[in-house]
Amino acid sequence: MSEIKELKDMDKKTNMDGYSKVAPFVIRDCALSAIATGLRAQNLRELRDALVTVHGGSIYYHFWGGLLRPGFDDPEFNNDFASWIHHRLHDAKLAEQIGVIDPASFSDMEELRRELIDVIEKRLDETEFLSWAPRDRQFHFIRAQTVVFDTNHFIQRPPELANIISSLSLGSIYYHVIDARRRSPQAIDDFRAWLMLFGDEFADLYSRLAQLDPYFVSLIELREQFTAIFKEYFTGSRA
Amino acid sequence: MNSLLATYANVIGEDIVDHLTQLSRPLRGMKVVHVNSTRQGGGVAEILNWLIPLQRELGMEAHWEVIQGQNEFYQCTKQFHNALQGNAAIINQVSLKEYEQTNCQFAEKHGALLQDADVVFIHDPQPAASIKYFPKRKGKWIWRCHVDASHPYRPVWRYLSKIVSDFDASIFSLADFSQMLPHPVYLIPPSIDPLSEKNVELSEDEIRNVCLQHNIDPKRPIMLQVSRFDRFKDPLGVIEAYRLATAFIPTLQLVLAGSGADDDPEGAVVLAEVQTAAREDADIHILLLPPDAHRTINALQRAADFVLQKSLKEGFGLTVAEAMWKAKPVIGGDTGGIRLQIIDHHTGFLVNSPEGAALRIRYLLHHRQHLLEMGAKAREFVRQNFLITRHLREYLTLMVGLVHQAEYSHG
Repeated sequence: MSEIKELKDMDKKTNMDGYSKVAPFVIRDCALSAIATGLRAQNLRELRDALVTVHGGSIYYHFWGGLLRPGFDDPEFNNDFASWIHHRLHDAKLAEQIGVIDPASFSDMEELRRELIDVIEKRLDETEFLSWAPRDRQFHFIRAQTVVFDTNHFIQRPPELANIISSLSLGSIYYHVIDARRRSPQAIDDFRAWLMLFGDEFADLYSRLAQLDPYFVSLIELREQFTAIFKEYFTGSRA
Repeated sequence: MNSLLATYANVIGEDIVDHLTQLSRPLRGMKVVHVNSTRQGGGVAEILNWLIPLQRELGMEAHWEVIQGQNEFYQCTKQFHNALQGNAAIINQVSLKEYEQTNCQFAEKHGALLQDADVVFIHDPQPAASIKYFPKRKGKWIWRCHVDASHPYRPVWRYLSKIVSDFDASIFSLADFSQMLPHPVYLIPPSIDPLSEKNVELSEDEIRNVCLQHNIDPKRPIMLQVSRFDRFKDPLGVIEAYRLATAFIPTLQLVLAGSGADDDPEGAVVLAEVQTAAREDADIHILLLPPDAHRTINALQRAADFVLQKSLKEGFGLTVAEAMWKAKPVIGGDTGGIRLQIIDHHTGFLVNSPEGAALRIRYLLHHRQHLLEMGAKAREFVRQNFLITRHLREYLTLMVGLVHQAEYSHG
């Protein structure tokens, strides 16, 4: 975080460049706790039944939580449901159908829940016999508790983004890019939300950021993509 | 930066330590008490030996208390331990009374500390009953279950679950190991300490000397399994896999390293079977090491080309993470916590038979470059996920979440 200036050290004369009307961007970080819900499924019908009642936070965790869990940059599936259906129920077709669901395209968890249930029920309608996962390979519904904390670092002016993003922790990237979509009324990341406060000045940058697809990349890749866009925009150089 | 944290920062990176410092800010000055049943020996004491100093460095007032009792108390808690893991256990009323009495005495002795603590971690069942002597406790009490309690012996679990239901939260290592309780059940996998004797960096000379002391040729390929001589660790399956592989790679050596089995009658039987199976093959090295031979194990893991943990049943199996930290791919049984550590085809291979293990052995030794790449990936994977700093982060997250209430939580 050496490139991030603490607010107390900032030169208050930044007022002169016109950016001062907008409050600084407060850099936060987050960590997730995994909590067992006690719900589990051993076949597709049990999975559907559990999806009807499970807390929306659990659906969120199984779509997005993988970004902060042990894993690799190129997972076979982007959500836990698709992976389990493929590897434990050996239903390749359904795994593909669930795997392609992009949670970012749903306005809330209830809509996403409905979509999941619809796809699974359609498959159940086509299925004569249910596949069962082994007893020790059941699907465990887990939910997340997110703890958000201040880093005591701030971004005063948009050009600082060019050098700062690469030094943010993955927890910060998760909070400001992934989690932000759930918090923001427009379902956008915090960087775009902040840039919007400057009016049309950064409209071009905003539209470039809007083209990023956060669901199919790792947090490291996402950080690199943000860095590249900010660097190119503010310094004209590629990261 | 503080000294212990600075030492870890050198090994695992400053960014991870920065993250811990920021996360722990709301916990500064808090009184945190850990209670278990032994100060030395066993995985729990090992965890507390690093966790307490780190919590102190992060500004918490961390205490470690140990519950101690008479023989009857330990008989009872040993039965609890077995019963949680699914073994039938008959516990008589006298034993239960002694268990509760010992907890009562412990509660009286440490009343002020426990009553006023902001967070109390009770490790395993031994000190769990002390909670009922603090009906007006100030802080949050968390029960940490370190064993696989997925299929407990029901009569004993009925008794224990009544006790642990009073806690504010509990922690299990995996969802697979957990029981449902009327409070949040957190999932926190265990970890390894990169600075411990088991994992600290060693010189090439030291590694070579350990090999030579045990008649292992450091210039020829070495495969290693570190485990007790226990049927669930499948040492005979490892020998079979080795035999299948040596038909193609005759220079291969196998090292089976474990501690003595004097106190385990079945261990002695398994060891005898292993010795019989290995007879007349000078390239199979069966090493009976003292329980504290951590540095020797460390050297053997570093000397090996790759490591096996071909368990048929396993708790978490942290020897996998230990080997991976030394940049070794691991061929492991497709069971328990091994599945969480070995990402198949990335940090090693998951196998279900000696034949499967032999296939992967041959693959690794014929694809040296890939072996090195997998090893590097394995080390990074452990750095990110199975070091004590991650473990500490999850404890801190849980504490902030419980004590201060998370800024928001998903459910």
